[in-house]
Amino acid sequence: MSTVIAPADEAGIIAAVQAARAAREPLAIEGQGSKRGLLRPVQAARSLSTRGLTGVTLYRPSELIISARAGTPLAEIEATLAEKGQHLIAESPYLNGVFGTSAPPSIGGVVAANLSGPRRITWGATRDHVMGLRFINGAGEVIRSGGRVLKNVTGLDLCKLLSGSYGTLGVITEVTLKVLPAPEASATLLIETPDLTSAVAALSAGLGSPYGVSAAAALPVKDHVIAAVRLEDFAASVAYRMEKLRGVLGNFGAQRVMEDGESRAFWRAVREVEPLQAVADEAIWRVSVRPSAGPEVAAAAMALGGRVMLDWGGGLVWVAAGPSSENHTAITASARMQGGAAMLFRAPESLRLAVPVLPEEAAPLAKIGARVKEALDPGGLFNPGHMRAA
Amino acid sequence: MIALPAPKAEILARREEIVAALSALVPGDGVIAEGIRLKPYETDGLAAYRQMPLAVVLPSSTEQVAAVLRYCHEQGIRVVPRGAGTSLSGGALPLADAVVVGLMRLNAIHEVNYADRYAVVGAGVTNIGITKAVEAEGFFYAPDPSSQLACMIGGNVMMNSGGAHCLKYGVTANNLLGVKFVTIEGEVLDIGGTYLDAAGYDWLGLITGSEGQLGIVTEVTVRILRSAEGARAMLAAFNSIEIAGAAVDAIIGSGIIPVALEFMDKPCIHACEAFAHAGYPLDAEALLIIEVEGSIAEQDALLARIKDICARFDPISLKVAETAEQSLAIWKGRKGAFGAVGRISPDYLCMDGTIPTSELPRVLRRIGEMSDQYELKVANVFHAGDGNLHPLIMFDANDADSFRRAETFGADILKLCVEVGGCLTGEHGVGVEKRDLMTVQFQPHELAQQRAIKSAFDPAWLLNPAKVFPLEGALSPALAAE
Repeated sequence: MSTVIAPADEAGIIAAVQAARAAREPLAIEGQGSKRGLLRPVQAARSLSTRGLTGVTLYRPSELIISARAGTPLAEIEATLAEKGQHLIAESPYLNGVFGTSAPPSIGGVVAANLSGPRRITWGATRDHVMGLRFINGAGEVIRSGGRVLKNVTGLDLCKLLSGSYGTLGVITEVTLKVLPAPEASATLLIETPDLTSAVAALSAGLGSPYGVSAAAALPVKDHVIAAVRLEDFAASVAYRMEKLRGVLGNFGAQRVMEDGESRAFWRAVREVEPLQAVADEAIWRVSVRPSAGPEVAAAAMALGGRVMLDWGGGLVWVAAGPSSENHTAITASARMQGGAAMLFRAPESLRLAVPVLPEEAAPLAKIGARVKEALDPGGLFNPGHMRAA
Repeated sequence: MIALPAPKAEILARREEIVAALSALVPGDGVIAEGIRLKPYETDGLAAYRQMPLAVVLPSSTEQVAAVLRYCHEQGIRVVPRGAGTSLSGGALPLADAVVVGLMRLNAIHEVNYADRYAVVGAGVTNIGITKAVEAEGFFYAPDPSSQLACMIGGNVMMNSGGAHCLKYGVTANNLLGVKFVTIEGEVLDIGGTYLDAAGYDWLGLITGSEGQLGIVTEVTVRILRSAEGARAMLAAFNSIEIAGAAVDAIIGSGIIPVALEFMDKPCIHACEAFAHAGYPLDAEALLIIEVEGSIAEQDALLARIKDICARFDPISLKVAETAEQSLAIWKGRKGAFGAVGRISPDYLCMDGTIPTSELPRVLRRIGEMSDQYELKVANVFHAGDGNLHPLIMFDANDADSFRRAETFGADILKLCVEVGGCLTGEHGVGVEKRDLMTVQFQPHELAQQRAIKSAFDPAWLLNPAKVFPLEGALSPALAAE
């Protein structure tokens, strides 16, 4: 276990980065550590954590804007928003269950991993709602990008570059997010379909309807597949649209409607990948693909003995299977063949060290990527080897 | 006037040779080099700035774009990418020693997939062209900049364009899945695809809004959405800017996210009414146009809620459209705002800052004071939901002093936007227009960081030079060399 440095403020983060730079010693960058086990292990004697940087720094409900220090627990942000009837748009997951951790996920970690839940399909990813960032680059400088307004195209969008960069380009110290009013009501239509292809066709019909479907998942259960579509809005709208949606999707199979509490619990489970029922010694893959190709990817994974669940209308395929490099090769190949991309999301350290955990990039792009990394982190201090083998 | 770098004499001297080489790469009528035919390319939507380019090349394929960039890279020739040339920030302004690469011939719609809700289109397809291609099936492409009849999706990607409906549907960046991207070295890269959020650096997010600094986009995969059942607008007119601002806060605070929430001040109301006869109340200090979506019953319910909220703020008038035609009439004035101002003033500068919405009253008051100080009229339209402010500064381009005052006035407005917690540009881009104001928003080391990322893509700084980054300070290698 490496030594963890957890400064109480941004100045402390800067000091730690400058010390690492002077000593030419790499740092493992983390928030609360709730997703330790994601990507390749970082070989560094010291970890730099943002968990000491906590607290909401600005919240303007009528401007749909919240800012918080990076280490602020996700739950604290959600509670602050809920007091004013608002929510985080991308429905970010906690994933403690997936990674077997108990630490609360931090908002900085959610942004650094660009993790989004079921609502992503209609309302955008976490990165779409990052309106501003402060981060420390490898020279120990504070860099701001974006701001605290909802529309901003001033300069290069480093908010998007840093979102999903897993702490390899800079240490995020504060984030500013767009938020929205939380819907008054939530209801979900469950349809019992014979197979994944029919389930995804039902999801596609739902998402292609004018009724504002805000989530669409397909869950294999015994000998059939449950297609689930969600509506969220004012109660009267949800009631009206549910009737319409039931009509549009009438031919896909037997229907059942879940109302508020039950609907919310269902999507919380989907968000946390619970229906996959992955057991502790299985690996988990996350495949992004065009929705109608989801069933093909799923079939290839099931042929390996894997279990699957589909979110985002079929375009996000979660696979649980034995943690072997053969399975990894087969799953990534089927994703590629369908024009998509696979990521090894959870696996024992030995497998994460043995295979590329992220989709590979074309050589000219990788060359540019190395220069971008050099521009932000010239000493190669941050999370070396985390995303790809050096 | 904003300074442009001196042309490279050595490139100007080789003009004939360069034109011949480009003609070999893009045969037929793909290269323009004669004066009169070059003229349309000397400016864009920021018409106060004009500069004839070295040559214009109009490739018909990604391969031709790659060949042109490879050649320009080898020869050290500057490149200015251009879509429809509607940039209001001078994003497509040429340089005397630069080759303009126009993308309008890449205008094919390659694929539409309704089941997976995306379309693959050439960079030269117009914004409205995408919606036209899919509307028969009930779909649309969401971002809707005012120039949508003319502007092209490649330019929308490069400027991360917005529009009146981005409060609900987001800006260009939120509606993209992938791009075909050509580097200055002539490499063709597929960034993203037809899927969401594959893990890895978000190159798509970095390229979007990069204003031609990193490479050229030749093909775009956009998300298409199913249109709502219907939409309808209402008008609410108020006695003061402060009261209208409070009404906006109350609407958002009630949990309603209108699909559009537009604000006009008194000079703008008058200009639009004279132009469009939309029935706007001329005694109002501020006007809101609020649009909601859904079935007729849903529209009725939402508009009734909004009407109740507005009624608490002592409105001068409230008018809810009963029909789609009445809704169009309400929009007619707003959509014609730029043309309406063009009718009462020989020229205008359309500014584009964003402010925290709570600062609107203070900002409009200060703009009013500046208007007196600079002796130039100004009309304000404002995307009230997201804080994006468009002051239209009226001036006379034939009067050099009037233009100088208009530019200084505009710069002062943008500095004010930054001062109150906002930014220099919400959707028009920095371009050449706001380049020298970047130091107001960013520290020198922050600009150096952005420049270093630009250098990672374009080490010799050949792509869209003299835009976005101030010429002074930590200079680009290419400019410093002179």
